[in-house]
Amino acid sequence: MLYFARWKVAAILGVILLGVLLSLPNVVPRSAIPSWLPARQISLGLDLRGGSYLLLEVDLNAVVRERLESLADGARTRLRQANIGYLNLQAQPAANSLTLRVRDPAQTQAALAALRELANPVPVGGGATAPDVELASQPDGTITATLSEAALRARAGGAVEQSIEIVRRRIDETGVAEALIARQGQSRILVQLPGVEDPNRIKELLGRTARMTFRLLDENANLQAAVPPPGVEFLEGEQPGTRYPVRRRIEVDGANLSDARAGQDSRNGEWVVNFTFDSVGTRRFADITRQNVGRPFAIVLDNKVITAPVIREPITGGRGQISGNFNAAGANDLAVLLRAGALPAPLTVVEERTVGPELGADAIRAGLLSLAVGAAFVIGYMGFAYGLFGWFANLALVVNILLLVAALSLLGATLTLPGIAGIVLTLGTAVDANILINERIREEVKAGRPPISALEAGFTKASGTIMDSNLTNLIAMACLYVLGSGPVRGFAVTVAIGTIASMWSATVLVRLMVSAWYRSRRPKTLPV
Amino acid sequence: MFLSRPLFRIVPDNTQIAFMRGRVLGIAFSALLSVLSLGLAFYPGLEKGIDFRGGIIMEIRTQGPADLGALRGAMGGLDLGDVGLQQFGDDSTVLLRLPVQGQEGEEGATQAAVNAVRGALEQAAPGARILRTEAVGNRVSAELFANSLIALGMSMLAMLVYIWFRFEWQFAVGAIVTLVLETTKVVGFLAITRIEFSLTTVAAVLTIIGFSINDKVVVYDRMRENLRKYKTMPLRQLIDKSINETLNRTVGTSMTLLLSALPLALFGGDALSGFAWTMVFGIIASTSSSIFIAAPILLFLGENRLRRGTEAPAPAAPPGAAPRR
Repeated sequence: MLYFARWKVAAILGVILLGVLLSLPNVVPRSAIPSWLPARQISLGLDLRGGSYLLLEVDLNAVVRERLESLADGARTRLRQANIGYLNLQAQPAANSLTLRVRDPAQTQAALAALRELANPVPVGGGATAPDVELASQPDGTITATLSEAALRARAGGAVEQSIEIVRRRIDETGVAEALIARQGQSRILVQLPGVEDPNRIKELLGRTARMTFRLLDENANLQAAVPPPGVEFLEGEQPGTRYPVRRRIEVDGANLSDARAGQDSRNGEWVVNFTFDSVGTRRFADITRQNVGRPFAIVLDNKVITAPVIREPITGGRGQISGNFNAAGANDLAVLLRAGALPAPLTVVEERTVGPELGADAIRAGLLSLAVGAAFVIGYMGFAYGLFGWFANLALVVNILLLVAALSLLGATLTLPGIAGIVLTLGTAVDANILINERIREEVKAGRPPISALEAGFTKASGTIMDSNLTNLIAMACLYVLGSGPVRGFAVTVAIGTIASMWSATVLVRLMVSAWYRSRRPKTLPV
Repeated sequence: MFLSRPLFRIVPDNTQIAFMRGRVLGIAFSALLSVLSLGLAFYPGLEKGIDFRGGIIMEIRTQGPADLGALRGAMGGLDLGDVGLQQFGDDSTVLLRLPVQGQEGEEGATQAAVNAVRGALEQAAPGARILRTEAVGNRVSAELFANSLIALGMSMLAMLVYIWFRFEWQFAVGAIVTLVLETTKVVGFLAITRIEFSLTTVAAVLTIIGFSINDKVVVYDRMRENLRKYKTMPLRQLIDKSINETLNRTVGTSMTLLLSALPLALFGGDALSGFAWTMVFGIIASTSSSIFIAAPILLFLGENRLRRGTEAPAPAAPPGAAPRR
């Protein structure tokens, strides 16, 4: 137990050296570190450096609703083309389905065939795909089209992934450095914005779907009518009190934009957004404008008509301008949103935590003070209560903290305020192993064993207990990690790593120190 | 060198306290405290933090001492529901609480409330700064609360299985009963001190659970060892002996942990003080229960089962009754 082969001693010293090297990037500037070393360092959590944490939820119901609406639109067109009369075409978002009744039940099969073509394939695992719509019919001609379970899952997953991408682009546009955007759970997106003290603007940017569409107006519709004619909807304009009869059919989608910039109109100095279509958009826009010269069209953003100009001449260059009573900030924001693309579904902020840098600095100061006082207390207690072996344990404790810092750096972990508390508590739990060993050695000495065998027995017999007792700490921290939310997770990780590091430093390292001391002194009695 | 020898020892050698003599009293007292604590959890109840209750909190620092009355007057007119204001740390820092704003999913209500507070603050206390804003929706807070209870339950279950696996089932039951008694007392402590029950408090409770079981494992380990070593010693005497032998270690480890938790409570700032005081209380509770509760419970469960025939030496240890290793 007390004999260490030369390579073992070297390995132990190597681990300590590695710990020092890996911890270095936290205290010395990056330029002073040789390039072969991983120059990772512990990053400070938002609660310490200040910043904003947002938890966004993707409205998956909206995704389903939208798919059902497009199914309904498709069904209308297909059934009309096939000359099939129908009644009561209704989307039922609660049941994820669409129902209609065919007027002549004899045409049910024809209707089913027409509707079947509306289904999109979705992956169902194993490389296979299945239609996303399941059709069912009844003898009276009632047809139910239900979105399949796999389709709902695929659509939800896709919507969240796409939202993350859009959120990332929008935040990148605002110039926030080191923003962290990640998926959390089924339908949530976590956004961390270091250094952002007032997340108001970012929340506004993220809160807009920014779906822009170019559509034609129905000039014959009666705006006073209670129900718009089929295929038309009444949408409000930017100015209060204005309403437009907009055709549901989307001629060109905002997804076909390749660029959008805020600018000032050279004639009247008004703020406008200049946009450029991609090749598909350019072609479609040219076609539409060529066929509809003299008619008005609408630019619709999130179900509001921004502007509805009359087409004076075909626009074939793929460039256009949106003018709609913008100020500089409004035009800029719209340009950002159009560049970044539309969200597949609305986002809501369900949790928000913002900490100013002042409070973070206070927290760091308080944390460091507690760490210093805690270390002084524990080191003093161990030294005075256990003598020489206590001081060995203290040395190991310092190495333990060093290894903890090294491991956190290597993982690129984030240090939060609870994380600092974890480090301080590690001070207290780490020496437990040494207390166990010391008590054991003392008992063996009292039982009349000579020093060398008392030392051997102490280390050997205590090791099982140390294993057992530390495992319970790790179990508790695993539970905490699973519960996990940001800062608290940081605590769990810190304590867990500290516990593992202490199992090594308190046993192996202290044993090495005791062995070196014993071989140089050959003491007749042990200082326990 | 004077430092090379121990200067003091908390528990003198050959301490032989007959802990078992007070076992009924100890367990009864502990159970009484736990029942009272549970009562306190319902009335007056726990002060749920924003994590679990939802709503908005803002930490505000005013120039010079804050005039709570004026601030309350200014916030009262905003029609934001029940506005709570309290001193937080020094007297120029104020914590403001608002209930959840608007309907779930209604965008902008939170931001509107924050902006309204900001405006009112400008009027009532010019130059005041908002240091921190936290807003948690109803659904998220309900989830966090449920997750916390799950984590607590899961950790207890994991400890039960672990100890069952490593020791006899009597040990596992003893440990879990002790753990439940302890955790309920921590709940009572939270209710009395009005420390907020939040995610960090749950972290403290989980840490205490880990530490507490660690403590019990050490005592149990010694009992198992002594069961093998002293085949004829009555269980009651054996438990006392094991507790006494590990007493200095139990107290020593609690001491070092306490010495690290106390600075956190004293200097760790307002954000950590709730966590740290909960830890301090938990450490004291779990240390005393390791001594007075965990081992004595074994005596009730295991008098005849842990080792058949404690008084008279058994003819042969029946299979399964001998301590496993």
